[in-house]
Amino acid sequence: MGEQNDPIAELRNASKHYGDVIAADNVSLTIHRGEFLSFLGPSGCGKTTALRMLAGFEVPTSGDVLLDGQRVNDLPPYRRPINMVFQHYALFPHLSVFDNIAYGLRQQRPRLPKAQIARAVDKALETVRLPNYGKRRIHEMSGGQQQRVALARAIVNEPKLLLLDEPMAALDKKLRRDMQIELQTLQRQLGITFVLVTHDQEEALSMSDRICVMQGGKIVQIGSPRALYDNPSTRYVADFVGKTNFFEGMVTATGDSCQIRVAGFNLSANAPRALAIGQTASLCLRPEQIALQRNPSSEDRITIPVTIAARIFLGEHTEYLVKNADLGAFLVLVPRQAEAVEGGFEPGQMAQASWRDGVGLILGND
Amino acid sequence: MKPRFTTALLLLPAAAWFVAMLVLPLIVVFVFSFGERGPAGGYVPAFSFDNFLNLGARWTAFKNTMVLAPIGTIACLFIAYPLAYFLAIRASAKWRTMLLILVIVPFWTSILIRSYAWIFLLGGKGLPSLIAALGLGHIQLINTPFAVLVGIVYGYLPLMVFPIYVSLERLDKRLLEAASDLGAPPLNTFLTVTLPLSMPGVATGCMLVFILLMGEFLIPAMLGGGKVFFVGNALVDLFVQSRNWAFGSAVAVALVLVMLVTVTAYMRFTRRWSGGRDDISLM
Repeated sequence: MGEQNDPIAELRNASKHYGDVIAADNVSLTIHRGEFLSFLGPSGCGKTTALRMLAGFEVPTSGDVLLDGQRVNDLPPYRRPINMVFQHYALFPHLSVFDNIAYGLRQQRPRLPKAQIARAVDKALETVRLPNYGKRRIHEMSGGQQQRVALARAIVNEPKLLLLDEPMAALDKKLRRDMQIELQTLQRQLGITFVLVTHDQEEALSMSDRICVMQGGKIVQIGSPRALYDNPSTRYVADFVGKTNFFEGMVTATGDSCQIRVAGFNLSANAPRALAIGQTASLCLRPEQIALQRNPSSEDRITIPVTIAARIFLGEHTEYLVKNADLGAFLVLVPRQAEAVEGGFEPGQMAQASWRDGVGLILGND
Repeated sequence: MKPRFTTALLLLPAAAWFVAMLVLPLIVVFVFSFGERGPAGGYVPAFSFDNFLNLGARWTAFKNTMVLAPIGTIACLFIAYPLAYFLAIRASAKWRTMLLILVIVPFWTSILIRSYAWIFLLGGKGLPSLIAALGLGHIQLINTPFAVLVGIVYGYLPLMVFPIYVSLERLDKRLLEAASDLGAPPLNTFLTVTLPLSMPGVATGCMLVFILLMGEFLIPAMLGGGKVFFVGNALVDLFVQSRNWAFGSAVAVALVLVMLVTVTAYMRFTRRWSGGRDDISLM
């Protein structure tokens, strides 16, 4: 975990314009030493631009890039103590695995002794669990192995920042899971600050200390995965981080507990941002906040009759897509144990969806 | 129809062309080279090695070819590489197509006519007179090896530019970013990434230009003015003017052998020097 008051890099009101297109819009962000930070967002949200400004491939149109307190806007990539794992690895096809990894060390001036380079490369190969692969050619390596080589090529230089540009995009799901765990372990072990760019919210949630959600070139919210999941500040974040049901309606009361009227139901929950009476907003409910039963519960719960539309078995829990005439379709997550008690539901069956009044968040439509 | 039969059928025209236009003439030339000149020229069947023993008489042609073809190839390479680099990496997409067309435009006119232009440019009333007018002394340009070299570079440049352009264009530009990211200044990036990865284009271009230059006769004839002549000129002379087909055939066979040896050596060299990489194609 990064120390909160030990910044290693900073973007200060950094903007990047390409003609009329604004790729990054006034981005301000402090990266703490030793943390694992992720930029999360769909393609075109500005996350890659932010990363490329840190690497030095893009010079901000306005604003500053700071590294260890020094302004580095005009420092070309080859002068920055930052390394990157590229999206498609960008390994040199004409060099062996060893020479790929040694590339950065061989650029150092004064020159490093050959034996020292060889030791460092071998150590890096061991770190990424590819010992004795040095003599191989790049095209002889599988996708997963190539990714490890790309990682070794970057970490061997002991950079102050390691940038990862969608490094897992080309891997299959199983390999991706393994690699995510491995990356996390590696980051702890090396103590290098990692900055990851991804559009995969699961990846960001599972690996990062902090996530920076971006939209339209702007930062929408920065926080720990838990904070983003539990307290999304906007509907966009709630939608992007985890699965969420949105019940759209009109705000009828504000204050400590906000109230919203959705298709005849009066629903209340906290609103993290101030709302005005009469404006359209949505109650955001996570699928796991809703329960599914055969009979209406006696508790003080909001209960809605639904029809099961679809069932997706996910192993430790089951996801149901249910429909209500007034509220429309929404998702309910039923854990294995609960299903064992209630019994499973078949598509077409009637059931009662319920939640405790007050859970969820009311967010304005941004 | 069976696929194999279809394949054979489709390859038939090429095979027929190859046999009729290349293999048969080569056999004819080979047979002629052991014959004799007829009383009124042409060929009379015979079997002697006299033609080959007499090859020394055309030594100058061989020497000129063997010196100017490699120098011309290297000159083309040094001029074509920066041009191809600019087109493939630096030029914006908007300009690239237009500049590429400009590289081909000279091909729209016959090399003969363009050589006449060079005769004028390099001749007494062209560049030399300009240099004289500037008070820099009198120099002879036309009918010198230099003039032939200028013609060679002018004529063969596109053949060198295109293969190099293609290999540079195909080069994954992210590799250049990766090199920069790993601490390589632009010159190091060029030397360690761009240049090695464009070697297939360089090898192809050099091969193309060199092989064609070995058989060149028009440029030396026009710009060498009979003083700087290639084997090609000797062949024209022997077959057309003195009508000594037998000796001409011997010279042709010798040229083919020289080419075979040089090209084989070159391929060996490039293969070793590229570390036996299979991603380097020579042709």
